[in-house]
Amino acid sequence: MIAIILGMFVVTFGVRFVLYARAHKVVLPVWVEDALRFVPVAVLTAIITPMILMPDQTLMFDWQNPWLLGSLSAFVIGLWKQQPLLTILTGVVVFFLSNYLLS
Amino acid sequence: MTKFSAMRFGALAALPMIIGGVPFGLIFGSLAISQGLEPWIPIAMSLIVFAGSSQFVALGLIAVDAPLWVIVSTTFIVNLRHLLYAADFIKYIRHLTMPWRVVLGFGLIDETYAAVKPHYASGKLEQETGHWAYLGAFLAYYLMWNITTVIGVVAGELIPGLSEWGLEFAMVATFIGIITPYLRTLPYWSAFLCAAAFSLILHDLPNNLGMLLAALLGVGAGVLTDYAKHRLQKKNSQPHLSVLAEKETD
Repeated sequence: MIAIILGMFVVTFGVRFVLYARAHKVVLPVWVEDALRFVPVAVLTAIITPMILMPDQTLMFDWQNPWLLGSLSAFVIGLWKQQPLLTILTGVVVFFLSNYLLS
Repeated sequence: MTKFSAMRFGALAALPMIIGGVPFGLIFGSLAISQGLEPWIPIAMSLIVFAGSSQFVALGLIAVDAPLWVIVSTTFIVNLRHLLYAADFIKYIRHLTMPWRVVLGFGLIDETYAAVKPHYASGKLEQETGHWAYLGAFLAYYLMWNITTVIGVVAGELIPGLSEWGLEFAMVATFIGIITPYLRTLPYWSAFLCAAAFSLILHDLPNNLGMLLAALLGVGAGVLTDYAKHRLQKKNSQPHLSVLAEKETD
């Protein structure tokens, strides 16, 4: 567990510091900057999609899945209002309501 | 601005992000406990790693017994976006000593960047005091993050069955809250849909490798779509959107 935390520290701090350490003359290639801006969306999506659609390790693409209901409502509100806190709140409320009503 | 008033200015500029971060610190601490981790682990993570989203991701990976290299390389990929912030801030920290750069580098998170960047851009912060404001924003957020982690840990210990509450869903909802503001142009939609599809298709690969591959394929899809879009729009000679300006919504 210590190794995990130290490893996480090394790569996290490394990413943040490497350009600062050589701040005198660093220019990122344009294509790297272009690719990096897709990283948050791609990574976070790849993490949560299986959690949402495979809560029990098998594909569960129907309205009885509270994870899907909560996520869809958060997604719609997120696209519409673009306010992370509201998005989260909506998702959590719908998730808990449907979890309660469906169980 | 004096050093102190610059620090206070930075902390105040970060206040909205700090308020928004409170539930996530609480959730992080209690989620770790509900997964059966010892209390020192989330606390040490918040103190030493200080990277909200990747701390959540690490909890998820620890929960499925992912090996060390997967956790570390995933953390690396999740935090790669900080390179963009660093690239943008190089011009503001170039004149500083190495200890300053170490501290400010450690504190370079989404929220610090979002709080300080507009005031650098407007000229309100300059070489003399800018780094003090940057430090103030970082320290204020750092304090909140660690305090709420500890409170979350205590709450997780005191309230049994907190894991039954579906707190993991809060993480999913949080990530959706981060993702959706990006989804305003076709390339981001392309990255999103591709990563989602491949994360399901490749789900059975060992060690969460499917997630890593799906993320890389998503990035590739975004880049390709962007490329195709620019070729089609060549006539318009529309100025290329600044990469870093888009990140401010993060």
